[in-house]
Amino acid sequence: MDTLNLLLDGFAGALTLENLLYAAIGVLLGTFVGVLPGIGPAMALALLLPVTYGLDATQALIMFAGIYYGGMYGGSTTSILLNTPGESASVMTAIEGNKMAKKGRAAQALATAAIGSFIAGTIGTLLVAFFTPTIATWAVEIGAPTYFAIMLLAMVLVSSVLGASRLRGFIALAIGLTIGLVGLDASTAQARLTGGSLELADGIDIVVVAVGVFAIGEALWTAAHLRRRPIDVIPVGRPFMGRDDWRRSWAPWLRGTALGFPFGALPAGGAETPTFLSYITERKLAARRGGSNEFGEGAIEGVAGPEAANNASAAGMFVPLLALGLPVTATASILLAAMQKYGIVPGPTLMTDQPDLIWTLLASLLIGNTLLLVINLPLAPVWAKLLRVPRPQLYAGILFFACLGAYSVGQSSFDLLLLLVFGCLGFAIRRFGIPVLPLILGVILGPLMEVKMREALDLSGGAVSGLFNEPLAIFVYVLVVLAVVVPPLIARYRPPALLEHHDQHHDEEVS
Amino acid sequence: MAIVIGFIPDKYGEAALAHGLEEAARRQTGVVVVNTTKGDALVDNRYLGAEGKVTLEQRLADSGVEHEIRQTMGGDVADEILAIAKDVAADAIVIGIRHRSPVGKLIMGSVAQRVIIDATCPVIAVKPA
Repeated sequence: MDTLNLLLDGFAGALTLENLLYAAIGVLLGTFVGVLPGIGPAMALALLLPVTYGLDATQALIMFAGIYYGGMYGGSTTSILLNTPGESASVMTAIEGNKMAKKGRAAQALATAAIGSFIAGTIGTLLVAFFTPTIATWAVEIGAPTYFAIMLLAMVLVSSVLGASRLRGFIALAIGLTIGLVGLDASTAQARLTGGSLELADGIDIVVVAVGVFAIGEALWTAAHLRRRPIDVIPVGRPFMGRDDWRRSWAPWLRGTALGFPFGALPAGGAETPTFLSYITERKLAARRGGSNEFGEGAIEGVAGPEAANNASAAGMFVPLLALGLPVTATASILLAAMQKYGIVPGPTLMTDQPDLIWTLLASLLIGNTLLLVINLPLAPVWAKLLRVPRPQLYAGILFFACLGAYSVGQSSFDLLLLLVFGCLGFAIRRFGIPVLPLILGVILGPLMEVKMREALDLSGGAVSGLFNEPLAIFVYVLVVLAVVVPPLIARYRPPALLEHHDQHHDEEVS
Repeated sequence: MAIVIGFIPDKYGEAALAHGLEEAARRQTGVVVVNTTKGDALVDNRYLGAEGKVTLEQRLADSGVEHEIRQTMGGDVADEILAIAKDVAADAIVIGIRHRSPVGKLIMGSVAQRVIIDATCPVIAVKPA
């Protein structure tokens, strides 16, 4: 029970009054931004990254962990009360959750989402604690060629599997990789894509890119669609569950966790797939059980399952991030950037170099998760009120923090200019329906990937075969090829019937 | 020719609606109920949803007065009321008003004040009982 002891040590490190305060602030901020549609956890992290420069690494990570889990939870509130998912992972929750709310069972829907999130987050974090060391010891053995291959796999999966259009995914990836190239070449010190500008020689900071694309882009997009018909909100009291609700919820919670965690840990990450699978599973099981099948009219199982899957995958994301230094979601990319700022290099060596930090982080995830439940159950009506904040005031605040954050990166007005450029880029990709995730992943993974590729090629004296000389690397390349080839084949031989929900959501966004 | 009523689903709107209906009956004319939002927040409790509109429609029908509901979105609330008053050549505008301290008025502005000052027809300002 070595892991358990280490985790208890982590608790000892995390459970100071000051740290708890940061966890509470993180959870509140996270829920705040999660509730507001269009502002996800990734954007919140990017905005708040500069604010935490004054803190030490542990406290900053604790706060980030709180923001992350809080954001995941906040999205479910909006889904249930408004039928407008706060973030993409809550799309499935909205289907049954909103119908429950319309039937006057909003309190139960919110409660099952909150408690399900708590259970899934707790189990997921414990799984991270048990898996990460194992994977890390294994990952020390693998060489640069395999790393390169795994990163390639992550990029291909994120660009082609998630989202509606593969072409758009790869366009986003190409833009991201290009941004990642700007600056001095690490080994030859040649300037690349700088256009002779000295300011660009250091490369473009990920914070400026993320804040620009997420915050400024979203603000411009909202400004372009400022006046919209208000949405009917369903009034809500304090969430609670009856005995029957508990009986019907616990199994979907566990099934959702089991579905969500592995998907979160895979390089293709994201919570969209597992929440979708969880919803389908629960609907099928309910149909088989017969009797009181409420699916389509507000079944509590349809909220409990996807919400648990959502949070379990949020926890699963930490496995590749901590063990391999490989971010698989936009939020993980920002977390990776945050760690780099503190001189922490996530990857196989992290577990041995800075075990205290990791175990404290994992312990604080568990604490944050508990705080989430304690704080948010009573506060649900307050969060619902948040939706009445007029957009001009809201986005003025976001713009303020965005500019502050971008400026604090290098104390240079040039960064503000860059921020505006990336803001316009963010607006453009929203306009043309290009996904954000591959772009951000390209910016952060591109340079890491280049380092590994250079390493592999240096070892082989420049021969391309250096990229293929590990059996595991070849195996991963086979997966890459499969990921590119198989989905179109499946789509060809099976009529697409399951994508309707995503399209529906998209239509609402556009109209 | 009609009475224009500025309506929001709270006690101020109710007071305006009740008095507006009385006024319409006395003058033997119809009412145009205006419900409007700036549409700049995700949720606006002062804007009637589909259900609220049906309820209001039903209540107006029960009152027996010739009626029409106009919901607009996007503009300033006072401007919208005044525009509709002009459009239907209103006999009078009925609005509910609330108590505001001078400081409160400075921060929040006052829709009622602007309607009263800018209207070209009589304005009846009603306080809830």
